[in-house]
Amino acid sequence: MRLLKYFPLAVENIAVRKLRSFLTMLGVIIGVASVLTTLGIGRGASADIMQDIASEGLTLLIVESGTNSDQTWTSGQPLTMADVAALSDPSLHPDIVQAVPLYRQYIHLGTGNTSRFIEVVGTTPAYAAIHNLELTQGRFLTEQEIAQRTKSVVIGADVAQWQFAGADAVGKSLRITNEPYTVVGVLRKRGWDRFGNMDIRAVIPLAVAQDRLRSTSPAHRHRGEYTVSEIHVNAVSIERLDAAARQVEQTLRLRRVLTEDEPNDFNIDNQAWLLETANSVAATLTAFLAGIGAISLLVGGIGIMNIMLVSVTERTSEIGLRKAVGAHNRDILLQFLVEALMLTLVGGLIGIAISYGLAEIVKSFSSPDFPLVVLIEPGSLAAALSVSAVCGLLFGLYPAIRATRLDPIEALRHE
Amino acid sequence: MTGPPPLIEIRNLTRTYNIGRTALHALKNVSLTIEHGEYVAVVGTSGSGKSTLLNILGLLDRPTEGTYNIRKQDAGDLTDRQRTTLRNREIGFVFQEFNLLARATARRQAELPLFYAGVSRKESRRRALNALAQVGLADRADHRPEELSGGQRQRVAIARALVNSPSLLLADEPTGAIDTQTGEEVMALFEQRHLEGLTLLIVTHDREIAARARRIITLRDGAVISDERRPAPAAAP
Ligand SMILES: Nc1ncnc2c1ncn2[C@@H]1O[C@H](COP(=O)(O)OP(=O)(O)OP(=O)(O)O)[C@@H](O)[C@H]1O
Ligand SMILES: [Mg+2]
Repeated sequence: MRLLKYFPLAVENIAVRKLRSFLTMLGVIIGVASVLTTLGIGRGASADIMQDIASEGLTLLIVESGTNSDQTWTSGQPLTMADVAALSDPSLHPDIVQAVPLYRQYIHLGTGNTSRFIEVVGTTPAYAAIHNLELTQGRFLTEQEIAQRTKSVVIGADVAQWQFAGADAVGKSLRITNEPYTVVGVLRKRGWDRFGNMDIRAVIPLAVAQDRLRSTSPAHRHRGEYTVSEIHVNAVSIERLDAAARQVEQTLRLRRVLTEDEPNDFNIDNQAWLLETANSVAATLTAFLAGIGAISLLVGGIGIMNIMLVSVTERTSEIGLRKAVGAHNRDILLQFLVEALMLTLVGGLIGIAISYGLAEIVKSFSSPDFPLVVLIEPGSLAAALSVSAVCGLLFGLYPAIRATRLDPIEALRHE
Repeated sequence: MTGPPPLIEIRNLTRTYNIGRTALHALKNVSLTIEHGEYVAVVGTSGSGKSTLLNILGLLDRPTEGTYNIRKQDAGDLTDRQRTTLRNREIGFVFQEFNLLARATARRQAELPLFYAGVSRKESRRRALNALAQVGLADRADHRPEELSGGQRQRVAIARALVNSPSLLLADEPTGAIDTQTGEEVMALFEQRHLEGLTLLIVTHDREIAARARRIITLRDGAVISDERRPAPAAAP
């Protein structure tokens, strides 16, 4: 309760020293705003990067026939459309969103010197979704084209460049193993990933590939079912990835009638390495941001320290006078405490307001190609506020404590 | 027959300032006793140690050597808290340099001792305005020091010294910045309080003002060279 009487005094003292109060608050404002804005931009960027990495298919399981252990490849029974159908049963595979079959073949495009080796992938429209394929022209394959076995093809950026020299490819014809396919779309240039070079690829309806691109390996049919080269299984989330893998394993082992002591004759691969990369990128970014945050807090803190030291030294004679007429040391300390608290808290709140304003301005420069997100997190908010408050109190109180140790006459003589 | 103990008793008081490697003795071996209700003038040339003495008596400074007893208590044994409380409740101090807060109004300056004495805001305001009125500054209550003349500032400092109704007033040249007429009024105010029991110790250069006191202590080079008591002026009929 006795603290209350220092509030009007603090308000008066702050109001009466407008420049000093403003400069003190400015230190806090700059400290808080710079920490929040730099951390916010950094967090936004890292969230954006994480999202990019996540879109690379962290939830994907790649199922292949055969096993690869100790660098020796052991073949297994081929995967078939019946396996795909089985994995598509949601009641047995609650953690699987969908299972997408792939049938691939490598072929020569063109003849003679100009011929190029490309990868033809037969699949379904879901393939585009789970691999986040983007198109620069046209569209991806439709369900209708799959069902009707239309000879439509979506081509990679390099294939489009070779065949059509950058001209509009949609509607043009492309010969694959001497049969004409109609180009319906061109993929955005993407480069290499875990699945090879997306840019030298041609994607056609699954059944067309199985029918037209016959090969001996894998066998074209197995137990009357069309075979597939890979099944790409999309799990519901990164957290459920292992559970999804177990569900796939269980189903396939059952379907292959493997006894308990027989090993898998298929391989379930995930992109855990990608997750590791993502996590290490995130850790690096976090450390980097923490460094930037610490530096701006330090700069803000030094600013607060300077103005507090200057202004309180200036006020040593005020402290001397107050002591002379009856202020106990506690009275002086409470006065300076309340003043410093008010200045730093008001400055901190203004700093927060400014950083939100800056966040809006930064966001307005954002575009789809160059996304700018500013994420102001409660953690950095609390850190910025508490550090500036601590700085204000520490550097506001320390000189006051020093001054109270003096005899009033010494403090009064202080220039 | 033993009367009440003396208000102030100093024995062999020395105050030394160290300036570089030389020691400057502002007070040398001063011994004095001042009783309750005395009216004392302290005179002496500039630099003779008057302010130094007053600061020590006012518990604003400490002697280098010697003892200072205030109401039989050794000031050297008092805690910082006790010294502060005594300054606040018992001692009114008028600084030679006034020492006003740079940015506070006259009323706030006069309220200051009351703020630390825990007097309510309303009562503080009333008493501060009353003290300002007594020094003729009723119409300057809301002025800040930079809006006041030197003499007006000095009177604000006097109002602040009297506002807490102290029992001892230590005034360091309280009329130094004001004209004779206003000086008369201020002295009349002090003497009015003196009649009500206030012990007065006034440092002055002004012979006429010194002549009003019942005792004149003269300092030279930090030592008391004369201490003369005079009979009470003939009481007005
Ligand atoms: N803080 C200090 N440091 C060093 N010397 C000091 C200090 N204060 C006073 N002195 C010296 O002590 C001596 C006495 O000073 P004091 O202020 O008591 O004189 P005074 O009698 O009040 O003079 P005046 O009439 O000019 O006010 C002077 O020689 C002065 O130079
Ligand atoms: Mg003096």
